[in-house]
This record gives sequence, structure tokens and C-alpha cells, in this order.
Amino acid sequence: MRLYVVKRLAQALGVLWAAYTVSFLVLDYLPGDPVSAMAGAGADTGQVDPAQLAALRHEYGFDKPILAQYADYLGRAVRGDFGDSVSTGRPVTATLADALPQTLQLTGAALLLAVFLGGGLAVLATYTTRRWLRQLLLSLPPLGVSVPTFWVGLVLVELFSFRTRLFPAFGNDGLRGLVLPAVTLAVPTGALVAQVLAKSLFTALDQAYVETARAKGAGRLRIRLRHALRNASLPALTVVGLLAGQLIAGSVVVETVFSRDGLGRVTAAAVTVQDIPLVQGVVVFGALIFVAANLIVDLVYPLLDPRIVVAASRKVRPA
Amino acid sequence: MTAHPDSRTPRWAALAALVTGSLVLSACSSSGSGSSSGEGGSPKPGGTLTFAVGSDAGCVDPQQVGSNDTIYSLRQVVDSLTDQDPKTGKIVPWLAKSWDISSDTTTFTFHLRSGVTFSDGTPLTAQVVKDNFDAVPKLGALGTLAQGYLSGVESTTAVDPLTVRVRFQQPNAQFLQATATHSLGIESSASVHRSPQEKCSKGVVGSGPFVLSAYVQNQSITLAKRAEYAWGSSLWTKQGEAYLDKLVFKVVPEAGVRTGSLQSGQVDAIGSVGRANEAALKGGAVNLQARANPGVVFNLGLNNSRPLFKDAKVRQAILFAIDRQQIVDAVFPTGTEPATSILAHTTPDYAYLGSDLAFDAAKAKSLLDAAGWKAGSDGVRVKDGKKLSLTVKWFANAATNQPALELIQQQLKAVGVEVVLKQLQIAQFSPTLQSGDFDAVWGNVTRADPDILRSSYSTRLANFYHLPAGPLDTALTRQAATTDAAKRKQLVTQAQQLIVKNAYVVPVVELQTQLGVAKKVHNLDFEASSRIQLHDTWIG
Repeated sequence: MRLYVVKRLAQALGVLWAAYTVSFLVLDYLPGDPVSAMAGAGADTGQVDPAQLAALRHEYGFDKPILAQYADYLGRAVRGDFGDSVSTGRPVTATLADALPQTLQLTGAALLLAVFLGGGLAVLATYTTRRWLRQLLLSLPPLGVSVPTFWVGLVLVELFSFRTRLFPAFGNDGLRGLVLPAVTLAVPTGALVAQVLAKSLFTALDQAYVETARAKGAGRLRIRLRHALRNASLPALTVVGLLAGQLIAGSVVVETVFSRDGLGRVTAAAVTVQDIPLVQGVVVFGALIFVAANLIVDLVYPLLDPRIVVAASRKVRPA
Repeated sequence: MTAHPDSRTPRWAALAALVTGSLVLSACSSSGSGSSSGEGGSPKPGGTLTFAVGSDAGCVDPQQVGSNDTIYSLRQVVDSLTDQDPKTGKIVPWLAKSWDISSDTTTFTFHLRSGVTFSDGTPLTAQVVKDNFDAVPKLGALGTLAQGYLSGVESTTAVDPLTVRVRFQQPNAQFLQATATHSLGIESSASVHRSPQEKCSKGVVGSGPFVLSAYVQNQSITLAKRAEYAWGSSLWTKQGEAYLDKLVFKVVPEAGVRTGSLQSGQVDAIGSVGRANEAALKGGAVNLQARANPGVVFNLGLNNSRPLFKDAKVRQAILFAIDRQQIVDAVFPTGTEPATSILAHTTPDYAYLGSDLAFDAAKAKSLLDAAGWKAGSDGVRVKDGKKLSLTVKWFANAATNQPALELIQQQLKAVGVEVVLKQLQIAQFSPTLQSGDFDAVWGNVTRADPDILRSSYSTRLANFYHLPAGPLDTALTRQAATTDAAKRKQLVTQAQQLIVKNAYVVPVVELQTQLGVAKKVHNLDFEASSRIQLHDTWIG
């Protein structure tokens, strides 16, 4: 078991390093640089003294050779220092720390909704004996996955804010302000959970142990919740790990549509002005969340299915 | 490039309009007739104005910010030495009660009003103004607008506690108008001595009618009224403090959400109303307010050093081949005017040259024939085996750019000119101009002084468009050196004629700033640079 954990941790670190390096290279490859972006934002037809731009570049270290910049940034990043945002001058870590609670609130609420609604839909679809209802329920997840998130957001705002005025259309204010964004973000996420869970539930219900349970006189609901769901939840759990990444990505769109503060907005703004230190910080942080979520999922697997550790241990001990 | 309606989400805005257009349309049926803005009832003090803007510049220092969405709020925090009458373009007293300009326009002496205090309690003195003008050039690339106005400054001297003198190395007539802008708004001594980054994140202390009370990045800017304010611009109708108690500027990036929030009363006013949102707002409890931005209109900035554009006939053919009215009607908000000069009609000393900019495809064709470009097999003209083709570089800083340019592409194709469109990141705007690596760029500049022609087109300055030296330089240099208003107007007119007749650049359409304002909000007025002043604004 310990070896299993160590191996997973090493993998996680590798993913973090790769995310950092790839994003660094991509940002470096992009034409333009943050300094001219900053100057261009308020400039009249680019009447900026090139010498002043050079001075700014020097101040931020953008004039150093690319490898030196990389080593410099990576060295500090390892110690948790991502430098200062080019556009605001604030430390990147402080900017992220300010934005994080808002995004955690949003993604947490969305994930809860997604798991309960998506899971509920899957169980209901396998439980019902009415064919039309099953068809209807099973057709919802593909729809939820395929409609664009911002469209869902705009429709919800139109119906529940502009027309009925039940919820505010923008801002971070309180629980009421959280409802529409969380539902919006939960739609594609919940749909994915439902799709995967429904499929594996159907598979599980064909298994022999379900026959056994049925023969012992277990009820339909009990078979689903007590026996099949536990086995069927493994694939769904894998998906939940992936969803952490999807939720963070989705927050870029949802936070923009609902004018919420958070990591998504920070990301969108940072990319627009090529604020390299901030984008790097966001990428590493996003990767960290993604890696952590998957690590947790990996560590929960054995609890649900002891066979996983046994298999993993055998693989790493070939002698 | 200062005014960017909808700079961040043009794509979403368009999609949102498509998707929710019908929903929004049906949702705006409520509300009665109501009176029009600025009229009806007597002004009432008090209340909060909530204003939704599309973006946040990430900075709350008026000396560093160039984006309209943020200027709307920061303009209220600082006062300027002078103000500019939006109707006449005339410069009038504000913090300075009078001024003298040397006959060669190199020396400006301002006589300050007494009794003005900043919100930290310190008084306005000549030394504070000097501190500001000494600090602004050091902002460099962080405050391009402000430092541009002061470029060539030799010294600023506090002659006595209430007299300050600014001396330039060269004649610099534009400086008087520059003192009316938000960029040269006067900040307290304590603010001036902070680092630019600190001013950006924590804000500045000004002497304006409102005080910055909270700034949450990407979220909101909140201002509170200053009760002891008593030194308003000579243009304002109300004496003393402002009517409103509080101003809240919410950042709402999505155009459809801004529109719906205004209709449903969640906000009182919104910025950056595009053509797609107009229909939804008309007929409701909302007034659309629009004003053309002064300065250089949207134009195809030709690179005059390219062999193709050394021939004046080719440049003129492009100028005549563009049907400006069609572009306005198809793409821009209602009320936008086609270019009738290189300057927008709201710019002081603008001269009407509409007949020189009239659409005439036949003339364009004959000019190209005369220049030796003959019709090719695929409709594109050729000469010496080369196709008549140009690449227009453009930047996603306004939602109207792409559709306008695609229309221009079609119009030029009709006379046998091929246009290739190339979109670049906004970050590449200055590098592109500085490198000279372009056939043409699409852009505009907001400035309420005709001297913008000199900074843009004089061959003695940056000369990004590589104009040849000539009589235009003389006119531009002389207008910057005269204090005689009539003479300056004549020189500026001459410069506009030279630019348009020679088609050094091709003027296309004016930029119009359009706001949506609830009918209960009165006297929310545009100032000379088509931004807003909220001292006289009241809700009733």
C-alpha cells in the first residue's frame, strides 16, 4: 500500500512539472509580451518609447535568455514564489488566494449538485420499469454534455433573474448569488456523472451477484443502492477526478457570464494581457487541484475495491 | 486606441445576442412612457447609482488608466486644472481659475483656486501640481496617455503657493487641453509619492466630488460623495457637493447580462451598448445616450513606405472604393456617423470633408486603371505580374472591427483590390506599429484636441505610417505653436485636407460611445472626451 501511494505521489509531481514547463514554453512562444500588452492597453496608437518598454522588460526579467528565465522562475516556483503579476503588481499567490474561496464555493456547490442530481438520474433510469421514462431520462445526459455552458447560463439568467427576479444576475453576494452559477456549472458535470454511472449500473445489474441478491429476496431499490451502486461507482469515481479539472475550466466561462470574482476571471484576464507570472500561477494551481483530486480518487479506490491494491502491488514487484 | 467598447468578449456578445435576442425582446414589454433624461421634476439629492461596465483595467489610478470602462469611475475622484466644454471644445476654469500661455506656446502659467483640499485634508498648492507633473513622465509605459501629454516638458515651477508654471522645450499648444483630461487629474502629494503599482492597487487621493471607498478587482469600484466639495468645474450646473451619495461600478463582462440587468432594474446605467443590444433597450424605461468620441476616426492606416502605396492613385482609389454609409448601417450602433474627415466631428477644429470621402466606385476603378493596374482573370487587378493585394492587420479591441473590415474587404474586391485580414493580439499593437511590418492597420485614437494629428502623422515624430515629409508637417508644427484660435483652426483644417486629399490613411467611420441609462437617472452627461461626469447626476 505504501509503495502504491509513493508511486502515485511521484506521478503527481511529474504532472505538475510538465504543466509548468509546457505552459512556460507556450507563453514564451506566443507573439508579443506582457510589457507591450500593458503599455498597449492604455496607449494611443502605440506611442510608447521603446526605451521605456525595455526598462520595464528589464525590471521583470523578460530580457534574460529563455533558459535563464525558466530556471529562475522554476527555482522560485518550487519555493512557492510565483512572483508579482505584471498587470497589477500584486504577488501572484495573494491574487490566487483572494480568488480561491469564491471558486471553491462555486465548484464545490456545482460538484455536490452534479453528483446528487447525476447519480439520482442514473439510479432512477435503471429503477423505472416505464420504458418511455427510461428513454427520456437517458437522453438528458447527452443533451447536458453538448449544450454550451455559457448558453445555459444566459438562459437561466434570462428566466430566473431578468424575468422573475428570483436571483441576482451578477456578483458574489451570498447564497442567492451562488444558485444560478452553480446550477449552470453542474449541468455538464452532472450529465457526465449520470452518463457514466447509468452505463456501469446497467452492466452491474447483469452480474451474477445481483442474481444472487435477487434470489435472496432483496428489493429492487435495495439491489441498486446496496449492491450494484458500490461496484458501479468505480468508473464514476474516476470521472469525478477528471471533473475537478473540468470544473475549474468551466469556472472561466461561468464566472464571466455571472460576473463573479474567482480563479476563472483571474485566468481570463491574465491570458488577455499575457500576464505570464499570473498565468503560470493559475496553470500550476489548476494542475495541483487536478492532481490532488485524482490522487484522492486513487487512494479511495482500494477502500471500495481491495483488489486494486493487490493488483498494483503485484505490478511494481515483478521479481 | 483608448476607447474599446466590449473589448473582452466580442465573440460572446455576438453569440449571446443571437441566442437570447428573442428572449430579451419579449422581456422588455413592460414599463410606461416616462420622461426623457435630463428633464422633469426638480433635482433630488441622495441615492446610489449602480453602473455596469464591461471590464476592469486592474488599476485605479487615473494617471495610468486608458480604458473607458474604468475612466468612468476614476474621472469622479480627481479634478483637473481645466475643463473642456463638450459643445464648443473651449477650455474653461476648474482647479485653475485662469492661465497665461506664452506667445510661442512653450510656457503655461496656471493660477490655482484657493481653498481646495484633497480628501486626506491636505490643501492644493502649486507644489502639489509640480509634484504631479514631475512624477507623470516617470510613469513611462505604465501611463502612456499622461506621459504623452507632458512629453518634451522642460520644467515645472511653483512660482508662488497658488501659481504654477510649466515650460516645454518646443511649442506645445495641445498641453492646455491635456490639463482637462482625467490623465492629468491632480492627486495629493502623498499619492504622488507612492509607487505606480501601489497607486494601481490601493487607489489615489484626489480632490474630486467623490472618494474611492472600495476597489475589488474584476468586481467593483465603489465611490462615496465628499460632503465638503465646493470647487466644481465652471461647466457644472450644481454648486458644491454632488447629488448622489454613492456610486457603484459593477464589472459585468457579458453584454447580454448588462442589458438584461438594466431592463430588470438591477443596475441604473450600463456602458458599451452595441448594435445587437439596442433593440432590447428601446421603448423600455431606458434612454440610449450616445456621443461620437473625438480624435482620429477608425481608419485604414496605410504604410506609405510600401511600394504599392507610394502611388497616390492607389491610396485614393481605396479611399473612394469604401461605402462608409453601408458600413455604418450594417455594423455600428444607431447614430454612428461615417467619417467626414480624419477627425471625428466632436473634435475641436474639425472640418467637414464629406464630399472628399464620398463613395465613388467608378472613380476608384479609373484611378486604378490610370495607375496601370489592369483587371486580372480572378477579378483581382494585376500589374507587372503582381496582384493588387494588401494585408490589413487588426486587433480584437472592439466587437465592430471584424464585421466592418469584412465589409471593407467586399467593397474593395468590387473594384479589384484583394484584402487579406489578419487578426493580432492586442499586445502586438505597439510592436506592429513600431516595427513597420504592416501594409495597413485598423484603428482609432480618442483625443479631444486636434494635435492628435501631429502625434499620429507628423514625420518629425514617430511617423508610424511612414508619411513623406512635406507641407503637412509644416501645418502640423505650426498649429502646435499658435495661441491664436482662428489661425489654429485654419492650420488644422489645412492638415485635415492634406491627409484626406492625399489619402495617406483612409478614414472610415467614427467611434461612438453609447450608454444605456434608466429614465429615472437625470443629467448623466458626456464630457468633451465622451466619458461621463456624475457630479450633476441625480435620481428621481
